Amino acid sequence: MYIMLNGQKKEILPPQNLREVVGRFSPSSAVLIAEVNGTIIKKNQWDEIHVNDGDTIELVSFVGGG
Amino acid sequence: MTAIPSNSSALSEEVKLDTPLEIAGKMFTSRFLLGTGKFKNKTDLAQSIEAAKTEIVTVALRRIDLERHEENILEYIPKNVTLLVNTSGARNAQEAVRIARLAKEAGYGNWIKIEVINDSKYLLPDNQETVKATEILAAEGFVILPYMYPDLYAARALVQAGAATVMPLGSLIGSNRGLKVKEFIQILIDEIDIPIVVDAGLGAPSHAAEAMEMGADAVLVNTAVATAGQPALIAQAFAMAVEAGRLAYLSKLPSPKDNADASSPLTGFLYDQSR
Repeated sequence: MYIMLNGQKKEILPPQNLREVVGRFSPSSAVLIAEVNGTIIKKNQWDEIHVNDGDTIELVSFVGGG
Repeated sequence: MTAIPSNSSALSEEVKLDTPLEIAGKMFTSRFLLGTGKFKNKTDLAQSIEAAKTEIVTVALRRIDLERHEENILEYIPKNVTLLVNTSGARNAQEAVRIARLAKEAGYGNWIKIEVINDSKYLLPDNQETVKATEILAAEGFVILPYMYPDLYAARALVQAGAATVMPLGSLIGSNRGLKVKEFIQILIDEIDIPIVVDAGLGAPSHAAEAMEMGADAVLVNTAVATAGQPALIAQAFAMAVEAGRLAYLSKLPSPKDNADASSPLTGFLYDQSR
């Protein structure tokens, strides 16, 4: 199945929860916040959120800015 | 060259007599906010934060890079420094609100610099959308420091909406041109009761001093520090300028005059003849 991760189409094998998807695709440990289909998912809920075909996921963190 | 140790500065002692800067009930000794963008490396950033003696720094929120490991910027920001997350990238109020809510989820507080820009040439803030975002987020308990174009009506609307400060631009973002809208910032200083933080365009310590002399409560600088040859050194220079400008303001400095006014007595000259 396919998901949209940070604007990129990615193929994943089901079933997977959010924590597994983050672990698979994020090269940084600095990931702080995840949003699935426009809803913010708290870190302690990442295990419970099942990722479905067509989901839009955003992974964001802090960077330098003015 | 390393920065001069802070205990060698007589200025700092004087400024301690000043009342602290209060934002949303939190007290700050430093009136110099530092942006963390554009630094060549994290060492420069860390040294600049230290040299600036800043107590508030801004950061941005972005998608993580899926292709390569990125350093965590928070590791370079001391724990006692308040994190102010900007909403850069937001083109309207809704996008700013979304970024603010995401930022809060990270667990580093709820201080947000609202920045709504929908013009890629001038990067001017959209005051109307900024007011809308402030209304929504202040009602949710966020501490809002909105970046704005210095317009009295917009500033009043921001106060009404629950902003903690008003942050008028001095000139275009990253332009280093100083206080191009000085008269309008002065109006905000005179008329708005919440802290005025001059943001954007301050390119030299003299610009920061000028803003503080006018009665601005604080300044925010990023580009001028981050892109200087020696960031930590200019960060210290800015910190001193902010303190000097603040002291000058507190001293009630006299107004400029049109005519000369001799500094020495105009009587008792050696060549005076009695008649």
